[in-house]
Amino acid sequence: MATITAPALRVTVPGFLKHRAVHKLLALALAAAVLVPIAHAHWPGTTWPDALTIDLSDPLTRVSDWIIDNRDSHPLFLYFFGHISNAVVLSVRAVYLVLLGLGWAGVTALGALVAWRVAGPRLAVGTAVAFLTCGLLGMWVPTMQTLALMVVAVLASVAVGALLGLAAGLSDRMDRALRPVLDTMQVLPAFAYLLPVVLVFGIGVPAAVLATVVYAAPPMARLTSLGLRGADKEVLEAVESLGATARQRLLTARIPLARKELLLGLNQTIMMALSMAVIASVIGGGGLGDRVYQALASVDVGAALTAGIPIVLLAVVLDRVTAAAGRGTGESRRTRGTYALLAATAAVAVLGRLTGRLDWPETWTLGIAEPVNRAVDWMTEHLYSGVPVVGGTADWAAHFTTWVLDPLRDGLQWLPWWSVLLLVAALAWLIGTWRTALTAVLAMAAIGVLGVWQPSLDTLSQVLAAVAVTLVLGFATGVAAARNERFERLLRPVLDVFQTMPQFVYLIPVVALFGVGRAPAVAAAVVYALPAVVRITTQGLRQVDAAALESARSLGATGGQQLRQVQLPLARPALLLAVNQGVVLVLAVVIIGGLVGGGALGYDVVFGLAQGDLATGLVAGAAIVCLGLMLDRVTQPADRRAKKGA
Amino acid sequence: MRVRMTAAAAGLVLLTGCGAADMTKQASPFANAQGAKTVTLSVQSWVGAQANVAVAQYILEHELGYRVDTVQVDEVPAWDALSQGRVDAILEDWGHPEQEQRYVDDKKTIARGGDLGVTGHIGWYVPTYFAQQHPDVTDWKNLDKYAPLFRTAESGGKGQLMDGSPSYVTNDKALVKNLKLDYQVVFAGSEAAQITQIRQFAKEKKPFLTYWYAPQWLFKKVPMTEVKLPPYKEGCDADPEKVACGYPHTPLEKYLNADFARTGGRAAAFLRKFKWTTEDQNEVSLMIADQKLTPEEAAKKWVDSHESTWRAWLS
Repeated sequence: MATITAPALRVTVPGFLKHRAVHKLLALALAAAVLVPIAHAHWPGTTWPDALTIDLSDPLTRVSDWIIDNRDSHPLFLYFFGHISNAVVLSVRAVYLVLLGLGWAGVTALGALVAWRVAGPRLAVGTAVAFLTCGLLGMWVPTMQTLALMVVAVLASVAVGALLGLAAGLSDRMDRALRPVLDTMQVLPAFAYLLPVVLVFGIGVPAAVLATVVYAAPPMARLTSLGLRGADKEVLEAVESLGATARQRLLTARIPLARKELLLGLNQTIMMALSMAVIASVIGGGGLGDRVYQALASVDVGAALTAGIPIVLLAVVLDRVTAAAGRGTGESRRTRGTYALLAATAAVAVLGRLTGRLDWPETWTLGIAEPVNRAVDWMTEHLYSGVPVVGGTADWAAHFTTWVLDPLRDGLQWLPWWSVLLLVAALAWLIGTWRTALTAVLAMAAIGVLGVWQPSLDTLSQVLAAVAVTLVLGFATGVAAARNERFERLLRPVLDVFQTMPQFVYLIPVVALFGVGRAPAVAAAVVYALPAVVRITTQGLRQVDAAALESARSLGATGGQQLRQVQLPLARPALLLAVNQGVVLVLAVVIIGGLVGGGALGYDVVFGLAQGDLATGLVAGAAIVCLGLMLDRVTQPADRRAKKGA
Repeated sequence: MRVRMTAAAAGLVLLTGCGAADMTKQASPFANAQGAKTVTLSVQSWVGAQANVAVAQYILEHELGYRVDTVQVDEVPAWDALSQGRVDAILEDWGHPEQEQRYVDDKKTIARGGDLGVTGHIGWYVPTYFAQQHPDVTDWKNLDKYAPLFRTAESGGKGQLMDGSPSYVTNDKALVKNLKLDYQVVFAGSEAAQITQIRQFAKEKKPFLTYWYAPQWLFKKVPMTEVKLPPYKEGCDADPEKVACGYPHTPLEKYLNADFARTGGRAAAFLRKFKWTTEDQNEVSLMIADQKLTPEEAAKKWVDSHESTWRAWLS
């Protein structure tokens, strides 16, 4: 099925577009004809010319040394960063102490009651079960550490995001200034945010919290601004005619009207914060992520799963509860309910304290690590290699590496550098506008200037391979789901769960199945990006005008013809969006794949963190930013801007 | 509203103190919760280090009544974390002269904690079954001759020299370059991945060349023979780019945060005295890595059967 989709896309480009495409290509060819001979004469060879690189490692090393030497004496650190770091430590500690003071029963009761207030009894039971499972797995204290970090990070992100969003929502100039920044931040992999904060704050919780805030604040800002701008004009006019001041208008009309967007922003911020809080274990964030990180370092799948399950449970519960809050159930009796809730929590907490059961009792834990590891051992013995006919998972991984990843990487690295730039320009211009093409080319050139051309192409080859697999699987599944109502109903809860899981969790099963190397990194990326691609494809195909389909059917088109000639062409914008999203999501995970032997840029970041060699890490981080920018712009449809945030 | 905000701001200023805030003196927010005395130990990713930490943790918790947090930090960042007091102690350091100079001698934020009692050595190893068939492989000058045998999918036409975690002390890239060897350094990504690979090679009796170190429990499972590199001389590894000599024999050291060393009471005294032998460490490591006991169970077994050794650490 999926093999049909690709040519169908190309064939059915509308006529006028075809002309424009030809013009664009001609213009590019002209530019190339002038520039390439010059470039080639000056800097022959295939890889990026040395003459055009800037070695940043010396100045960066000096900066990093200076910071370490002056961290305890320079006023900038003593009076500014020191206070920030101190405030973070104090607040995380305060939340952590409150959580520990409530005891496991108190926290579970509080969680369940809050879920009941905002989302009804079913989610309350789910929340309680989730918390109890965390305890049962022996992960109570790490879960509380992650939760404490999350609470502080989310509050800070919401404050920062809401302020920025307010500014952008009220002032057009702020909006114009902020939008490109927020757009860009949204496409950058989480890993790229880690190094700059480590440089200033060192390894530890403050750096982890701040990286999380930077990562999680943009969706809040974006949706706040969107909500404020989207307010019904007539309502606003009515309020104004009643003589309300600007501030009254904001507080009584615009913010309440934007409630839905604000809560959606909160939901997204929480999910992104969780995702980042877990990854931040690489820079000493502690908690559940640290347990996963420790377990991955020793390829102890059982231990990784023990810490991974609480992360998944937290993610699902937080997502459902905040999403339910956004739909606005349980609106009435707010104050009385709140008091009752506080009273009930206090009662449970006091009860826990009186019975001396604040810590999760050690005898109540269930060790799943050993049986899981035994299962994994069995799998490596029996499924890993030498399975008759189909081969083992390790064989697949090896074949994928030799037959797909290696040729792709070698091919990219064999291409002369200027032809890579030309390719990027051509693709970006065909899909988007000259502006996106220019950004893409500049980003790609910046990678060369930074002197990491080769590893970046290695990463790029992994991204391309993963995207190809993702699109084939995603489009096939999406088409099937769009055509079959029952299949879609079965698929939806699965996609929901997969979309809420933090990126880090995906590394666990792939290591168990494929060992270490580039293939598992690609596999994790595919699994991570698949749900979004499937969902967007399904929605795109569903939204195709019913009348167009009906007329095709009346002309006697078969199911396949309808799909090929009506649905897919009409759903083209949605499909392009799916590609764009797929690319961005894949890149994020391929980078994290550096932790499981993915090599290239992700490895450089891990290496930089591991060796305290921030120069290597920062250069790689910058290259990741450029690569993300390039990939996003290349796949950015010309009309995305209008659709974004919808 | 405004009054409340001002009050809150004032409170925040009071809370953080109007003066300087030295972020190098800020401990982990998770330390010492609820009045429990907490010690935070840095645990590195290799099993020997896990064994040290497991036993120290067991004794701190069960004999001295501390709560122990462990954090996985890589070797070099661990020095920074130790200096900032986010970690209280590193129990096994393989020699980082640059960091030692900066933090111990210049800034005095880290104090030496004495020997661990174990001597470490890094080197290049081939499996003994291969060395017996080709005895001359144990001299680096003959390595190029065997390069085709060590070739893999990841090493791109050259022989593969397998390294483990990027965070470990290694000069291998420079060594390969400066000794002009026809080899490619391939990082397995983590020690565990490297061990998995070695065991798979050994199962099929394939040749391989790997970065490895002693003491290590794997030698008991896969016997390996060291390849002689140009001998180590004091200072020959001073410039990391120009290294052309093998690795030294390093007495492994402990380091404590300077404040913790002063005020850490019995925990600090105990960690200073903590000293055992290579055999002891290997015994615990084997239980963790090969018999798949949890570090805590392994530590309990060792502690139960070696009371005279650890009693001395508490006196």
